[in-house]
Amino acid sequence: MAYLRGFGCCLPSRVVDNPELGALVGVDPAWILRATGIEQRRYAAPEDTVASLGAKAGADCLQAAGLRAGDVGLLIAASGSGERRFPGPAAAIGRALGMGGVPAIDLPMASAGSLFGMSLAARLSRDYGNVLVVASEIMSRVVRCTPAGRDTAILFGDGAGACLVSAESGFAEIADSLLCSDGEFGGALRLDLDSPVHMEGRTIILQSARKIPRTILELLQRNQLQPANVDTFLMHQANLNLIVRVAQALSVSESRFFRNIARYGNTSSASMLIAATEWRRERGQLAGPVVFAAFGAGLHWGALLAT
Amino acid sequence: MENQTLIQTRIVELIRTVAGKPVNPSPGESLFESGLLDSFTLTDLVAAIESEFSIRIPDSDLTPRKFDSVARIQSYIQSKS
Repeated sequence: MAYLRGFGCCLPSRVVDNPELGALVGVDPAWILRATGIEQRRYAAPEDTVASLGAKAGADCLQAAGLRAGDVGLLIAASGSGERRFPGPAAAIGRALGMGGVPAIDLPMASAGSLFGMSLAARLSRDYGNVLVVASEIMSRVVRCTPAGRDTAILFGDGAGACLVSAESGFAEIADSLLCSDGEFGGALRLDLDSPVHMEGRTIILQSARKIPRTILELLQRNQLQPANVDTFLMHQANLNLIVRVAQALSVSESRFFRNIARYGNTSSASMLIAATEWRRERGQLAGPVVFAAFGAGLHWGALLAT
Repeated sequence: MENQTLIQTRIVELIRTVAGKPVNPSPGESLFESGLLDSFTLTDLVAAIESEFSIRIPDSDLTPRKFDSVARIQSYIQSKS
């Protein structure tokens, strides 16, 4: 058994709205909103790092979970925008949180990294007890805020999220999860060395609009549930139009999908945990099954059921 | 094999439905470059093609190149028949 015990997040203070970004990339701010559902995003300060944002999210999560750093047996840190090839940010996040000596695993995985981290944490918590999952991204440094980089610059923002998975107690049990990967379209969304992020948006939307609902349905069906039984869907905040398409494919109201993409944009692996943090603060106790879902570069995708 | 003109007519009708406009693209016209489709209406078009022509499009075929024009869509549909 594994439980969700708390969420946390860190959002940089600098707000970049569509008028500011639109002027840089040469598009109408209203078009950005129509195409993405995003009104503004946050950009990290020059002194911020993926690890420093991740550590702040981790501290926020520990506080929400009512735990101390010494209570954590394992740290998993996901990021697709780390500043260097190695080491990844996991050990630095652990160090900043006062977890020196606690094993820290890097998941160099954008977008779906937090979901994979949660799923792994649920399994590893049997051996490690409390597992802190952190996802942190500084995407503003891997996009080009120029007309040439328009299609990615309008989407991405910076931030970090965290989740505490406990083997002992929490507000919801992680009942099941389903993870998938397929490298066939791995080149369609990638961050090469010394290059800005590359995204073939049409391919990614085609693939995600098919794979996300199918995976959610498979997860629900093997747990004898239907989409209508789910109280809340917490999905990677990639694009509002994609979230709407997934809701339509599942024949559930869009209102079942928690959304904060308008305020933060797509923060890659961090987005689902930032959304979960705000959802938990707004909603308090669990009112029914919750489905987490994510899709991203790899391609990696999956879903997780909490009850 | 079904008359090619009839297939094209059915494809154009699907494009009109998902685009929400009375468009009439030429067979070789890029549906993306001309602005008739975007990423999301493309997903709608793919679903509409599956339903209209009773075919299943596997994930491996879900690339925009295959659906970039009426002619390419027609070619793909005929390859599945």
